Amino acid sequence: MNQGVQVAYLIAATLFVLSLKWMSAPPTARRGVLAGEIGMAIAVFATIFTIWPPRNLGWIVAAILLGSAIGVPMAVFMPMTAMPQRIALSHAFGALAAALVGTSEYYSALNGPHELSHFMMGAIGFEVLLGFLTFTGSLMAFGKLQGVLPQRPLTYKGQNAVNFTLFGVAVIALVWLVAVPTASFLFPLVIVLALVFGVLLIIPIGGADMPTVISLLNSYAGLAGAAMGFVLGLPVLIVVGALDGASGLILSMIMCRAMNRSFTNVLFGAFGQVQAGAAVEDDDRIVRSSNPEEAAMILEAAQRVIIVPGYGMAVAQAQHKVRELSDMLTKRGCNVQFAIHPVAGRMPGHMNVLLAEADVPYDLLKEMDEINPEFAQTDVALVIGANDVTNPAARTDESSPIYGMPVLDVDKAGTVFVVKRSMSPGFAGIDNPLYYNENTMMLFGDAKQVTNDLVAELARAAAGL
Amino acid sequence: MEESFNLVTGLFVFMLAGFVGFEVIRRVPQMLHTPLMSLTNALSGIALVGSVTIVATSTSTLATVLGTIAITASTINVVGGFWITDRMLRMFKGRGEKKS
Repeated sequence: MNQGVQVAYLIAATLFVLSLKWMSAPPTARRGVLAGEIGMAIAVFATIFTIWPPRNLGWIVAAILLGSAIGVPMAVFMPMTAMPQRIALSHAFGALAAALVGTSEYYSALNGPHELSHFMMGAIGFEVLLGFLTFTGSLMAFGKLQGVLPQRPLTYKGQNAVNFTLFGVAVIALVWLVAVPTASFLFPLVIVLALVFGVLLIIPIGGADMPTVISLLNSYAGLAGAAMGFVLGLPVLIVVGALDGASGLILSMIMCRAMNRSFTNVLFGAFGQVQAGAAVEDDDRIVRSSNPEEAAMILEAAQRVIIVPGYGMAVAQAQHKVRELSDMLTKRGCNVQFAIHPVAGRMPGHMNVLLAEADVPYDLLKEMDEINPEFAQTDVALVIGANDVTNPAARTDESSPIYGMPVLDVDKAGTVFVVKRSMSPGFAGIDNPLYYNENTMMLFGDAKQVTNDLVAELARAAAGL
Repeated sequence: MEESFNLVTGLFVFMLAGFVGFEVIRRVPQMLHTPLMSLTNALSGIALVGSVTIVATSTSTLATVLGTIAITASTINVVGGFWITDRMLRMFKGRGEKKS
């Protein structure tokens, strides 16, 4: 490989690091995308230039055209609520590319003039194992998020034992291959085991844990890419793989902390399953139900309002109505902020994107640690489609399955309105004592409809009717 | 396979890039975590470089076919990833900024 292309890769890698650095604030973030695009263009053109004239040019051009024909519509038409699915698919594609390149390299080296070194075999094995398991794992995650597959965790007796055994066999086969790279009968076995393991790994994981799993798969896909860099001797791939791996790892750590869980617990704990029993309690407590008219009157008099959106808001497509409500209150001189829990939505940062799409200015969106001290000085907390992340039992009740999980302290606000379809417990089936508090009033109904009614009531009041 | 590529140097690169990544990404606010993940997806499309090399130097049908699929998958990530990241970031507006 000549010096020129190495320099081009160096420039590309620098631009990739800058690209991520510029993601640290919204005003510079788009520059980050541009830096990434330029870096990618430099790397790709430098590669094609060095190997010119390439063999199979027709194949290359056709594949790039096909990839663009699939990629562009996916980017243009994908609704923002479907971002998690799209990201999961993206992990699958990245991992598949790494796995196939690894497979191809193995068979080329096997039939080639040079002997496959142990280290190279290790890198190929790592790439193929991680690549194929991330491929099927991400497809499973996609299926669960898209609703093609059941979101419930599927568990059976001895599940972890089966998974560990399978993974153990794959690792043994891999170690054998590293010791004896020519033992080619083992290679297809590793591929099949990796594919199956990817499926089995995701089966017991419930919908609520998807944000962590997506982040973790991001990390795996990154590591598979880094292994590909070792196999092909391309440092730029190692750099990007390491960046991706670090990014996925950080995000999954944040998600785990936000749910007060450990990695092992998410991967092997089957969260939803454990809690099914803890849900039911005696029900002589009083729920105070309110109506939009009354709520609008209280909101009218409020000086400080915090809106707490959850995924339920997005499901009801109520984002735009919520923004209207926020605009209206702001116009009346009320201070409106949004409290965003780290696991609001279906992936890290998802809620922020959904609200940005509805034109809510990003400086009104506050992270949990920033907003929590403010609830005590807040007149009204309006919870729309959020449940577990507002559960005060997480702070006080040691027997609660979510005890210790950081939550938004909505119960400290003067009045709490909870917009909810019914009293049925949320996905995790955990009882929420917030709903029985004296200062809590329930607004039963569809999030969009209720918000719409609130806006209408406020408009009537503003017009002096 | 590049004979001059030093494996230990590769590990150095991996280790340092990992640390740089950790420090840079730690500073990305929660608000931008979805665009961040979608941007890292786009960057992972750098596998395109590897897949193109495989196909361009391939002498076997197997390598050509596998490489072509890998090129397609990587291109989807590159093109779609950058595009949708920018689409998301265009929506992030502060107070007083006009929607374009």
